[in-house]
Amino acid sequence: MVETIYTVAENERIARDVYKMRLCGDVSMLTAPGMFINIALPGRYLRRPISVHDVDADGGWLSIVYKVVGAGTDDMSRMTAGTKLDVLSGLGNGFDTSKSGERPLLLGGGLGTAPLYMLAKKLLGEGRRVSAVLGFASADDVFGADELTSLGVSVAVATVDGSAGVRGFVTDAMPEAGGYTFTYSCGPTPMMKAVYGRAATGGEYSFEARMGCGFGACLGCSVKTVGGSKRVCRDGPVLEKEEIVWDD
Amino acid sequence: MGRLTVELCGIELDNPIIPASGTFGFGYEFAEYYDINILGTFSFKGTTKEPRFGNPQPRIAECPAGMINSVGLQNPGVHEVIARELPRMAEVFHKPVMANVGGFSAAEYAYTVSLLDPLSCIGWFEINISCPNVHAGGAVTGSDCRATGEVVRAVRAVTKKPVIVKLSPNVTDIAEIARAAEDAGADGISLINTLLGMRFDLRRKKPVIANVMGGLSGPAVFPVALRCVYQVSHAVKLPIVGMGGVSSAEDVIEMMLAGATAVGVGAANLRDPYACRDIITALPDALDKYGIKNIKDIIGGM
Repeated sequence: MVETIYTVAENERIARDVYKMRLCGDVSMLTAPGMFINIALPGRYLRRPISVHDVDADGGWLSIVYKVVGAGTDDMSRMTAGTKLDVLSGLGNGFDTSKSGERPLLLGGGLGTAPLYMLAKKLLGEGRRVSAVLGFASADDVFGADELTSLGVSVAVATVDGSAGVRGFVTDAMPEAGGYTFTYSCGPTPMMKAVYGRAATGGEYSFEARMGCGFGACLGCSVKTVGGSKRVCRDGPVLEKEEIVWDD
Repeated sequence: MGRLTVELCGIELDNPIIPASGTFGFGYEFAEYYDINILGTFSFKGTTKEPRFGNPQPRIAECPAGMINSVGLQNPGVHEVIARELPRMAEVFHKPVMANVGGFSAAEYAYTVSLLDPLSCIGWFEINISCPNVHAGGAVTGSDCRATGEVVRAVRAVTKKPVIVKLSPNVTDIAEIARAAEDAGADGISLINTLLGMRFDLRRKKPVIANVMGGLSGPAVFPVALRCVYQVSHAVKLPIVGMGGVSSAEDVIEMMLAGATAVGVGAANLRDPYACRDIITALPDALDKYGIKNIKDIIGGM
């Protein structure tokens, strides 16, 4: 974790209530896909933890994708280029691409699609054949499919109302067992629980949580795992399939 | 003796700044960010006899100028704390530490303190009789003079180290509880623990916190904390660790004017991991600005 200042370079709407923000500054601590940053907002006491969508180390920038769900993210959506942000960067463990096998499958639910872009780039760079299934509520919510396709990822989309892609959930568009060697998932807990039940291989699952500090101090985001309690912010957000305990 | 030096129950502190229990773990993770030996000391994560996972999610809610937590005394239990956490702490922190102890009966507090007592790294005990997150409806041992006295006497019987009793503000008369702790043999008082509060999630129309209520901390509670420290400092002769919403060197000075000998910093560490370092760095200039020679001179007002 490093405290740093990022400068907003771009901030644009890419789907219903969903924005992509590009931030310039030191990105050297963002070493793996699936890590996150924690942004201090003027007048809000807690920072906003947001997963990293892409990093360009040479260009000195990163991008995040966020959804307006409350007053803090509403503030963010109004920020213009040049705005300086106090950020704790390089948080979380991130995905481990060494486990992927030859044909990894990426599964994203809603905003959980965001970190899959950087993950796909890394896997493709390591010579893997990458496919992805992205799930959204409706066509107006879809983002990230085109950019993954242009990287060379084979992408399927599912929407709950059937207005884009397959009608149904991510699991309704998942390939059959044997079609992939490992899964990487990020999304709401019910979606990941469904993927967990359906997936025929090992996998990594990136969790969301309401956080206090975002760096492991407050124990606000602890979850039970097979190996004892873990902090989503510091020991996660990515957990191995074998260690996950689902709360009922 | 530097100008920031204070003495807390017979042990000298290089400065009055003490990260509060539950916001600083066992220190070693903060030691990755700065040298934590610059602190006066710190109060380690509340430790109980048995391991505790704590409360269900969500445990955190944002508030105007603060936050609510309902962690629920998550800790690995005293045996694991001694076997794993304190050795890791000792690698990076070389001053006496404050051992924060929680419990569910006087015997349980005494058991945990008796196991920690022989460890030379422990300078003080901070007895938490005021966590709002472990009993239904936020009830605490520290809302009752008789129960407070019982816990303090049980702990007093098993250690000669200074016993500091951490009080809840969620009581009718905090001075009365402080006097009960003093009468039972406490060496110091720390306050305030969090204020019981709650928030609703408008989308679900349910409380944000799974456990319904939680403890409010942050700058929002600072004036309440000052008032409580002031009242207790006039009710007992014991030194006070004042805390509640302290976020700046100026806040430290106010807290000491109210009667605190040392000052805890809690929620500020969670928003900014460097908060305590920055407060300590800013203190000398703040003393100059307000014409204060030595910080200990202002304890309880000039």
